[in-house]
Amino acid sequence: MHDVFTSKRFLKYFSFAIVFALWEIGGRIPISPAFPTFSATMVALWQMLMDGSMLQAYPETLQPLLIGVAIAATLGIAAGVWMGLSRFGEWLLSPVFIVAQAAPLAALIPLLVLAYGIGLTAKVMVVLIMAMPVIVLNAMSGVRSTNNSLIEMGTAFLGSRKDVITKIILPSASPVIFAGLRLGLSAGFIGAILSELLITPTGVGDLITFNQSRADYARMYAAIFSIIAVAVIALDFLEWIEVRWLRPDRKGAR
Amino acid sequence: MSMQQTAAVLDRSQTDAAVAVRGVTKIYEGNVKALENMTLDFPRGQLTSLLGPSGCGKTTLLKIIAGLIPATGGEVLVNGRAVKGPGRDRAFVFQDFALMPWATVLRNVGFGLELRGVPQSEREAVSERYIKAVGLSGFEQSFPHQLSGGMRQRVGLARALAVDADVLLMDEPFSAVDEQNRRKFQEDMLALVEQEKKTFIFVTHSIEEAVYVSDKVAVLLPRPSRVSEVIEPKIDRSVSPDAMRRDPDYLDTVERIWTALRTYVE
Repeated sequence: MHDVFTSKRFLKYFSFAIVFALWEIGGRIPISPAFPTFSATMVALWQMLMDGSMLQAYPETLQPLLIGVAIAATLGIAAGVWMGLSRFGEWLLSPVFIVAQAAPLAALIPLLVLAYGIGLTAKVMVVLIMAMPVIVLNAMSGVRSTNNSLIEMGTAFLGSRKDVITKIILPSASPVIFAGLRLGLSAGFIGAILSELLITPTGVGDLITFNQSRADYARMYAAIFSIIAVAVIALDFLEWIEVRWLRPDRKGAR
Repeated sequence: MSMQQTAAVLDRSQTDAAVAVRGVTKIYEGNVKALENMTLDFPRGQLTSLLGPSGCGKTTLLKIIAGLIPATGGEVLVNGRAVKGPGRDRAFVFQDFALMPWATVLRNVGFGLELRGVPQSEREAVSERYIKAVGLSGFEQSFPHQLSGGMRQRVGLARALAVDADVLLMDEPFSAVDEQNRRKFQEDMLALVEQEKKTFIFVTHSIEEAVYVSDKVAVLLPRPSRVSEVIEPKIDRSVSPDAMRRDPDYLDTVERIWTALRTYVE
């Protein structure tokens, strides 16, 4: 029995339960007229799932998110690996991404709207700008942090440059690259919602702003809750893929 | 040097020295001299140790022989051919084991063969044989983090043996292994030298270890790096390991090397 209560899974659910309980208490006091209880939010979430408003909203939100993250992952990993392997690559590209990572994105949105309009392209660009720097910089540092003696080993046992990159450097960098992907995906979620709140209200961003304007706070919170849940599930899934396919040695470690 | 002398040197290197180091100099960036005009022969089928305090350039020399770093001057001949880079005739055992943490013992041991394009079934058969030879049967599917330091280095050794090179280059292979395992390992090394008929070049900073395992000990001194003397410990290896460690010849040789080195330790 003792093991059950200290197991990681139990502790995870237990901490969720505490947060939800506090939320319920806060909503019942209530700490603000605009703060619904946890149970009211869940009821609203259920209604929104049933009446089709979620079903309609999510494809709209996920489309720019998935396109943006897919582009950011492909280009970002390629650029980051190149920057990790070549000093010239680093010199050429790293200032761009360091600046992009530090820049407050909201300030750039008017520029993006001017350049790309208010449609899908602008939203994809927002996701891209949010997700790419962290993916690139992680891929670069992952490649850089490859144990030098492993590279020497590959050379000593007659590996070509390509062998050393594909069989040693990339597997060794994969945990850091994947950490970058996870951070990039969560930044992508921020970008997708931000673009729906700041460019044109569509998808989940629309559910949030529309219900806020109607003072239907339970539905507004339900929309926010749902996007957080989707983001958490997506990140967990990414981690599962990594452990399952790339690092069999860590399977037992989790 | 006259033509005849050159020919004589080449001839000798082909007959009894598996590896010949000829006037090798290594100057690192910033004019740091690691090696200066070093000349040394490594007899075929024997274990020669490079022994010396840190900074004497012993690991640098080993990596030049391996072809991992280029010499600034001079040349290294392996089986009479000049070294231009890593080759099939040499295999390397690393101080920090250099095992891939994401790969099983089986794949790590077979990695040298994998890089040479040996088909999977063939290299796994070879790997399994050497995993058994180093005493790791049953750990084929384990990952390096599941093994102790001593076992990890056995994997490193099996990987080097699996490519069947003439010359095994070992860079302080036991320095990251705990004392009990190191002794067992040294005993196994002796059996291995006997059995494998390969040329072993062994870098160490431990005098006892060098005297215990070597046919020949090259004592290297720093600033400037040079071979101070080459000692051939004449120790009866037919007796038990414990008797060997109490052998007066063994103890005398250790003492003699210590005397030569002590002035450089201050």
